Amino acid sequence: MDAKEVIARRIALELKSGNLVNLGIGMPTLVANYLPAGIQVFFQAENGLIGMQPLPEAGLVDDYLADAGGSFIGAVPGACSFDSCFSFGLIRGGHLDITVLGCLQVDEQGLIANWTIPGKMVPGMGGAMDLVTGTKRVIVAMTHTVKGQPKILKKCNLPLTSVRPASLIVTELAVLKPTAEGLVLLERAPGVTVEEIVAATEAALIVPPDVPEMQLAA
Amino acid sequence: MQKSIGLAAAVERIPDGASVMIGGFMGIGSPHRLIGELVRQGRKDLTVIANDTARPGFGIGRLIDVKAVKRLVASHIGTNPETQRQLIAGEMAVELCPQGTLAERIRAAGYGLGGVLTPTGVGTVVAEDEREIEVDGKKFLLALPLAADFALIAGHRADYYGNLDYALTARNFNPLMAMAGATVIAEAAEIVPVGVIPPDEVVTPAVLVDYLVARENSDGR
Repeated sequence: MDAKEVIARRIALELKSGNLVNLGIGMPTLVANYLPAGIQVFFQAENGLIGMQPLPEAGLVDDYLADAGGSFIGAVPGACSFDSCFSFGLIRGGHLDITVLGCLQVDEQGLIANWTIPGKMVPGMGGAMDLVTGTKRVIVAMTHTVKGQPKILKKCNLPLTSVRPASLIVTELAVLKPTAEGLVLLERAPGVTVEEIVAATEAALIVPPDVPEMQLAA
Repeated sequence: MQKSIGLAAAVERIPDGASVMIGGFMGIGSPHRLIGELVRQGRKDLTVIANDTARPGFGIGRLIDVKAVKRLVASHIGTNPETQRQLIAGEMAVELCPQGTLAERIRAAGYGLGGVLTPTGVGTVVAEDEREIEVDGKKFLLALPLAADFALIAGHRADYYGNLDYALTARNFNPLMAMAGATVIAEAAEIVPVGVIPPDEVVTPAVLVDYLVARENSDGR
């Protein structure tokens, strides 16, 4: 099982029936593949849809139905469409239960940087700032390190996405929860030790006496 | 009150240097015929207000390809490397705005509001040039209205009067821009007799649409 799959299978367990969920482009979209049996959620596409699903077959493209990355999608029964103001009203207004986002850096307070590397990458923030600021639960899905360097830092050196911290951080090594006291190590990936997690993390971690192995969705 | 206008005549009304809002999200729901005609007529120095610039060769990306845009206000340009190149090379001014804030700024202009207070962006680099306002102990940024000389929008169906409906995710910024452009030019995938779009399904009322781009052939041209 590769890093992305571990992360997606763990985050899938956070989704509860009835949730409205927004999955970021890239790794976060994998979470939908591991939704546990019996759990019914609606996925939002911030370009204007509740009820997105993957394109059922390659030949069934609807020219007017795409996700926020411009890829063609399908829609579940009960789906509905709306304009961009309404879509971001759902997001900022606290109607969106969970957003799962990729990140470049996270810091000791759980603050996220995920939209720009000044001078190198200037894609624009798109919906990221609204999603992190307004969603009830913000779940970070990212690899623990990049090229051997920690991404969970004492302080982000890239521009922040919001002053609102993440609710949960899931990597291929660990599950971390930002609290007022600092980052708590909640779970470790199967076969990974607390020492390995601490060594791969620049931020200080609060390590409880017992750190259980993370459960993964089938 | 003739509503329909030929494609070329519609675009001839838009001068070089005009500010133009263009509907669509990654090209889905963009007015592709109007964009193509702006390119064909060689319009330049435009200020474009849109969610994104799609990709090279597609949607608003076609205007970027021919350097028709002097200034861009958008939320996301990551899918178009040419937009990023022109920004970094200083060939085009780009103002990046969070997507929800961009939508609300356009709505504010169209709805006659002096601005909107949003929590998005507080404490980040986007707050640097903005006014922060505290309401009941919570911090907000004042997002100012964003209007334009023209709004170019794409409906799914238009009736003979210019009432519009939209399809699925092709709606996005179109109905907001129809309120915020001084002159609104719409194209539609289908033109239908009045009454085919029931009142409950009209999203953009005909009174907002100044010109409806004519379709002369069954293949949509």
